[in-house]
Amino acid sequence: MPESLPIVEMVGISISFPGVKALDDVGFRLFPGEVHSLMGENGAGKSTLIKALTGVYKIDEGEIRIAGEPRRLGGTADAQSAGISTVYQEVNLCSNLTIGENVMLGHEIKGAAGINWRATHRAARETLEKLGLGHLDPKQSLATLPLAVQQLVAISRSMVAKSKVLILDEPTSSLDANEVEQLFTVIRRLRDQGVAILFVSHFLDQVYAISDRLTVLRNGRFEGEYRTEELDRARLIATMIGKDIATLKSLDAKASRRVRSDEPPLYSAKGIGRKGAISEVDIDLHRGEVVGLAGLLGSGRTELARLIYGADRPDSGEVTLDGEKAEITTPAKALARHIALSSENRRDEGIIRDLSVRENLVLAVQARRGWARPLPRREQDALVEKYIAALGVRPADPERPIRLLSGGNQQKVLLGRWLATEPELLILDEPTRGIDVGAKAEIQEYVAALADDGLAVVFISSELEEVVRQSDRIIVLKDRRKIAEIEGGHGVSADSIVTIIAEDALGDERADAVVREEVTS
Amino acid sequence: MSTLTSPSAEAAPTGIRALAKRVTPQLDTLPTAAAVVIFVGMIVYGEAAYGRIVQFNTLSNLLINNAHLVILAVGLTFVIVTGGIDLSVGAVIAISSVAGVMLINAGWNPWLAMLLMVLIGTAFGTVSGILIQYFHVQPFIATLAMMFLGRGLASMLSTEPERVPDDSPLRSLGEQLKIYDGPKVNDIVLTPGVLIAAAVVAAAFFMLHRTRTGRTVYAIGGSEQSAALMGLPVAKTKMSVYIISGSLAGLAAVVYTARLGSAQNITGIGWELDAIAATVIGGTLLTGGAGFVLGSVVGALVLGLMNVLITRDGGIPPEATTIITGGILLVFVLLQRAVLARRRE
Amino acid sequence: MSANARGPVEALKGLVRRQYFWGIVAVALLLLVNLVKDPGYLAVSIGPSGNLAGNVIDILRAAAPVILIAVGMCLVVATGGIDLSVGSVMVVAGAVSMEFLKDAPDTVGSTFTALALVIAVSAALGAVNGVLVSVVGLQPFISTLVIMLAGRGLAKVITGGQNTAATNETFRWIANGYVFGLPVVFLLALLVAVGVGLLVRRSALGLMLEAIGMDAKAARLAGVNRRALLFTVYIFGGVLAGFAGVFATASVMTVDVSRTGYQLELDAILAVVIGGTSLAGGKFNITGAVVGAILIATLDKTVVFLGVSSSATPAFKAIVIVALCLLQSERVRRVFRQRRAAGTARPAEREVVAA
Repeated sequence: MPESLPIVEMVGISISFPGVKALDDVGFRLFPGEVHSLMGENGAGKSTLIKALTGVYKIDEGEIRIAGEPRRLGGTADAQSAGISTVYQEVNLCSNLTIGENVMLGHEIKGAAGINWRATHRAARETLEKLGLGHLDPKQSLATLPLAVQQLVAISRSMVAKSKVLILDEPTSSLDANEVEQLFTVIRRLRDQGVAILFVSHFLDQVYAISDRLTVLRNGRFEGEYRTEELDRARLIATMIGKDIATLKSLDAKASRRVRSDEPPLYSAKGIGRKGAISEVDIDLHRGEVVGLAGLLGSGRTELARLIYGADRPDSGEVTLDGEKAEITTPAKALARHIALSSENRRDEGIIRDLSVRENLVLAVQARRGWARPLPRREQDALVEKYIAALGVRPADPERPIRLLSGGNQQKVLLGRWLATEPELLILDEPTRGIDVGAKAEIQEYVAALADDGLAVVFISSELEEVVRQSDRIIVLKDRRKIAEIEGGHGVSADSIVTIIAEDALGDERADAVVREEVTS
Repeated sequence: MSTLTSPSAEAAPTGIRALAKRVTPQLDTLPTAAAVVIFVGMIVYGEAAYGRIVQFNTLSNLLINNAHLVILAVGLTFVIVTGGIDLSVGAVIAISSVAGVMLINAGWNPWLAMLLMVLIGTAFGTVSGILIQYFHVQPFIATLAMMFLGRGLASMLSTEPERVPDDSPLRSLGEQLKIYDGPKVNDIVLTPGVLIAAAVVAAAFFMLHRTRTGRTVYAIGGSEQSAALMGLPVAKTKMSVYIISGSLAGLAAVVYTARLGSAQNITGIGWELDAIAATVIGGTLLTGGAGFVLGSVVGALVLGLMNVLITRDGGIPPEATTIITGGILLVFVLLQRAVLARRRE
Repeated sequence: MSANARGPVEALKGLVRRQYFWGIVAVALLLLVNLVKDPGYLAVSIGPSGNLAGNVIDILRAAAPVILIAVGMCLVVATGGIDLSVGSVMVVAGAVSMEFLKDAPDTVGSTFTALALVIAVSAALGAVNGVLVSVVGLQPFISTLVIMLAGRGLAKVITGGQNTAATNETFRWIANGYVFGLPVVFLLALLVAVGVGLLVRRSALGLMLEAIGMDAKAARLAGVNRRALLFTVYIFGGVLAGFAGVFATASVMTVDVSRTGYQLELDAILAVVIGGTSLAGGKFNITGAVVGAILIATLDKTVVFLGVSSSATPAFKAIVIVALCLLQSERVRRVFRQRRAAGTARPAEREVVAA
């Protein structure tokens, strides 16, 4: 590989924002036919570098050479005409159009009377087939596809543009293991066709599974370029965060909390369910216990969390809190009963971008008090100061708009928002998704401490290892129903959960979402 | 590769999936279909209750009297499909028709004056587009400004009705051409204005469904950010839709003035609302991303027919017209909402 | 809210940064234009009964209804909504009160009954908007458009298409009377604006409304009762519009079914935008909306004073909108900033997105 010429060469790139030097003299090379991972913590400059390469940001200093030619990239269209395509974490397609239209938008085949739809759809089908997506009907609406498949459609689209460089920015963060494998098959196929692929992911396993080389950034500076096999994980992490970390291994030794399931549960639901979201389940949650919800994306884990919180109204079942019957049908009612949910969708359902850190943090407390009883400013400040310090929010400026914080720090502020409501039951849906290793370890530690303090915690993550490590008890979900409930402990691992899910699939002849089944261990 | 679909999708019975696949595209067109049904229903009811509706001359007049509204609704369809709005079209008609007629009366070449009438609309659309695209003014505010500007300029030019000379070529565009001579006055009659409207509809249909610009219009309505990231010419296309809407408003001014024979500064007050209502009734989502030109045509005709029926009835006070328009609009918006909710499930 | 004891210079700097500063500048410019035409324009005389009179007082009187609807609109806009129906609610309120007073005795009691009717009817129309927006979940634009269309028709049905007139001295006093030498209408409008301003900022209502306007989904999950708040805001906007309708009809004691409140929703929206509240929702500014309303009233009076036909006023409003939008736009600000900073600092604050 290295003997061929690089298709992309970025030399001495610097970009500043007001008050921040986002990139400082960074170099980067990308060769045809390789998968190259860009590594770094949040704020290391990965996104900025990608945006420079896709023409979204103008570079202050340095030069970008595409196939040896210096290029000025003034926008996405410029980058695309230079043969660079990008697929982002959030699928950037138009869900109001069909699959075929999305693949071919801007490259429709023209005939004598305008666009020749038959030829266009045929071309779309051929492109999809090349990536092993031949079973998709180009005339079907894109909205009918699961997110993971939409991601693959987005990649097909870049193939229509005959891209020589494909940038994949966190493409796997909402995919389950099976879907990731499908994506990797597609990536390898493209690599073998000579496409240069820039891959960004927070999942180290995936990085090691797919990449040929790595470039590491830290604090906007270039740390080094390595062949994947030259650099083991420990050294990679050390390079990314610039020091050895003890935090990572400390969590491996799981605190052995005493599970008090003999005590009456704090929260108990009998047969709660919602049509089309999750079929009826029983669930008990105890104080001082972390209950993990494990299952693939779409298994109903988020749906169950939303039902418990009243974000969606359950249409069946009964809920008791400390033995008393409770009606939890809206988030407001849940908060009044000291239940809190941190949504998986931090950007759309968590932070309010234009409000300050302080306002975001006190919002739920204030909402519970009602607008007529404002929280005095002094109490607000005390609350904010407390959680900024306890959770280590950086920068520790309460009046800064939250949109200017990194993902990990936004997540900490949100955690503070829910803790400020003094919950007895805290539901955390993907609290560690898309944030860097350091912040992740801090949040994991904090969650364990909360349970030790007597909180009932529900923990959801698509990383099974994380669920296993954090939970005292694990509820396994599949196809929008509960298939098993297991006590955490030494015998339980991510593999054993995968086995439960896989075995359930074998006996799953009926494949009918409506069928209810009582499977408990 | 058959395992690509998510577990949940896999689990759904194939029968239901096949059915869903067949129903989905129909759901999109349901509001438009409903508009057609209501249109036909109104005709049947009108014929049964008042008579003389299903007649060549009544239907011909329906087209002739609403040609300008059809043109406006087509223009707004472009804008609304991108997720924008154009409030200026009514006022553009006022300034364009008053200016045009005054120029003709001042001795200008009538054809040149007519061209200028269209170009006045183009200019207004261009300014709206620049404000929206390059200065990030919200479409509502930018076109509101153009509405005020148009109405104000028209009032500065004249507050009296300006008459078009009877022998002017402009009048010839409103001249009734007998296509088929039926018994008594029951003829098929068309005006050049109707033909212009038909040509506009055909061109708009072609543009939206058969050109890349047209597909970009839909893509912007689906997600402007995605469209930009896909490398589509978002800025150019957004400019174009406002220019198209403005120009078509100018053209509607020509067609309307030709039929009426005079122009006034208060012409076209509230027509932007009629045009928006026609578009919405025809199945275009106000949030953008979905809509049909032909639907908007039906929507415009539903509104036109409603006026005919109210006149025929005689018992409904004319002041109730706006209440009925509001009611129809509400029904259609609720219908769209129901369809959207169904599709999300 | 603003500078707390940081000295007058700092306070002035804070004012300049506010978007409604340009509204104040525009009012001053318009008054200056009038002053050039007639050096005695700003003169305020004291009438025989101790009441102030003069052009400025006329402007304040004319601004009153616009202030009321602008304050209501400001709250609606903060939630990310819009209320196109306020003009129609005004005419319905006018029609109801005139129809009632036409046959009622000329007593204070009748006035209060008429006002109660106005409150009931305008709250009902606001509630329809509120239900359509918060319960049915329709877009505010279209829901209030329906009421805007139907409302004016309703007013015509109430009066049978006539411009009903009535006599009631107390009712008339609301629009034409004076307290402390100032017009009652202006004092009432100011009272409402100050009251609402204090209410939203001293309570947590402002934060809640902004949260809804910025991100409705996140606000709901944070426990904000979006439905109830939206419902309240639209009813409140309706009632304020009803009172504006009373102001507008009481001065002549006649409701003009086709002209009362006509297109005033646009004036209200304009006032809100001039005041620096974005139509996209979120941060709002009541003071700004009041400044905007006064600017609109000043503009209306100036156009007539300069001898231009009043039907041409919209053209001048258009110029004000475009000028303000350009001043607020990032593109123009960047040019100003670059010129001031002469290329030392980087323009256009870019968001630092986490890598």
